[in-house]
Amino acid sequence: MTAAVEWLVRQFTITFITGNRYKLFLTGLRNTLIIAFGAVIIGTLIGALVAMIRVYSAQSGKLRALDKLCGAYLAVFRGTPIVVQLLIMYYIVFAFINNGISIAVLAFGINSGAYVAEIVRAGILAVDIGQTEAGRSLGLSSGQTMRIIVLPQAIKNILPALGNELIALLKDTSVAGYVTVKDLAQAGENVRTLTAEPYFSLLFVAAVYFLLVMCITKILRIAERRLAKSDRR
Amino acid sequence: MIVVENLIKKFGSNVVLDDVSERIHPGEKVAVIGPSGSGKSTFLRCLNLLERPDGGKITFDGEVITDPKCDADSVRRRMGMVFQHFNLFNNFTVLKNITLAPVRLRLMTEAAAEENARALLARIGLTDKADAYPAMLSGGQKQRVAIIRALAMNPRAMLFDEPTSALDPEMVGEVLDVIREVADGGMTMVIVTHEMGFAREVASRVVFIDGGKIKETGAPAEMFGAPRDSRLQEFLSKVL
Repeated sequence: MTAAVEWLVRQFTITFITGNRYKLFLTGLRNTLIIAFGAVIIGTLIGALVAMIRVYSAQSGKLRALDKLCGAYLAVFRGTPIVVQLLIMYYIVFAFINNGISIAVLAFGINSGAYVAEIVRAGILAVDIGQTEAGRSLGLSSGQTMRIIVLPQAIKNILPALGNELIALLKDTSVAGYVTVKDLAQAGENVRTLTAEPYFSLLFVAAVYFLLVMCITKILRIAERRLAKSDRR
Repeated sequence: MIVVENLIKKFGSNVVLDDVSERIHPGEKVAVIGPSGSGKSTFLRCLNLLERPDGGKITFDGEVITDPKCDADSVRRRMGMVFQHFNLFNNFTVLKNITLAPVRLRLMTEAAAEENARALLARIGLTDKADAYPAMLSGGQKQRVAIIRALAMNPRAMLFDEPTSALDPEMVGEVLDVIREVADGGMTMVIVTHEMGFAREVASRVVFIDGGKIKETGAPAEMFGAPRDSRLQEFLSKVL
């Protein structure tokens, strides 16, 4: 019994306290949150824009070239692994920039945008065309109709799917270490090497990711409930 | 007020409107009748450019609206439309449904639009539903709100696309009452409808469309009493 307690205390000490190693985890957590948060913003903006271009082009027959470009974007970024994209961004596209975090934000954001675009597009298409026609029949422009009437209803419908993407994105950022970023997963790996003990470092990191995902799930559920207020009968 | 000349509309190779010409005068209440798939809804939807005509010319208030340079949004502001499936904005309350377009298009201040909306709601007896969402209303209530939403834009003409076809039978009357009231106010109206009794009572003129062409038009009494066109005779024998 005492042997077990002693082992636990020792593990805890070398994992978190010796050499202020808890700071490694804190830095890692901070970097992971920066990358995930930044990427979500970029991904959502790109995704919504691409989805609107694709829907508008399909419905009006205009913007054909831009639609093709969006199609190519989806094909490339959904067709190659995120780690490879990250490495290409770091060592080729932005080889002249030596800031792993900024490049990771960009790489994850652009990658996520491709998935978000398809989710949003499905959401827009699922909104009854009558909503658009009613908006247009009152003299609203196609942009106003999309922004004020269709998109809010689309977002309500796709919130669960967007949540999935958000969770996947957060966990995907754990490969940021490939481009020298000291993210949360990298912190765990770092401490594992320093302590030569895998248990506390890796399980702790796993638990932190798990808690983050739980938080996202909770926030999404609240948002879903808020948006559902127009569904009450 | 609305002049349609040689209107043609195709969906792919299917010719839905085949050289249709029609003249709608201010204050007229025109009921458009005809079998399913005859092109009557498409005709109506061409009038406010929800469908883009493939040929011909439409003039509204002296403005050639089929001209590519014509601003369709500004035309639609002056032409209200009521749909078969109501199409209230599901994400907004009843009040916001009514005030949204006038406010967003800067035609009214928020306060003025709200006052106007409440007055309109009082007219149809739905004052207490101002803060309800469309999902909480019955079909008849939704359609009545849809009508005053269009009226809130102070349109010069109103288009009705089968306004009672999606309603439970017991709700048809309340919607027709509102349409009748709008008609009595002197509004120029075009109504695509299957309600022959209503067409006969409210319309100043009836237009029969079949196979993408206007086969016959005239006063309700002669159209229903002594139809000349054989297809109209056949149609009336089935629906009356």
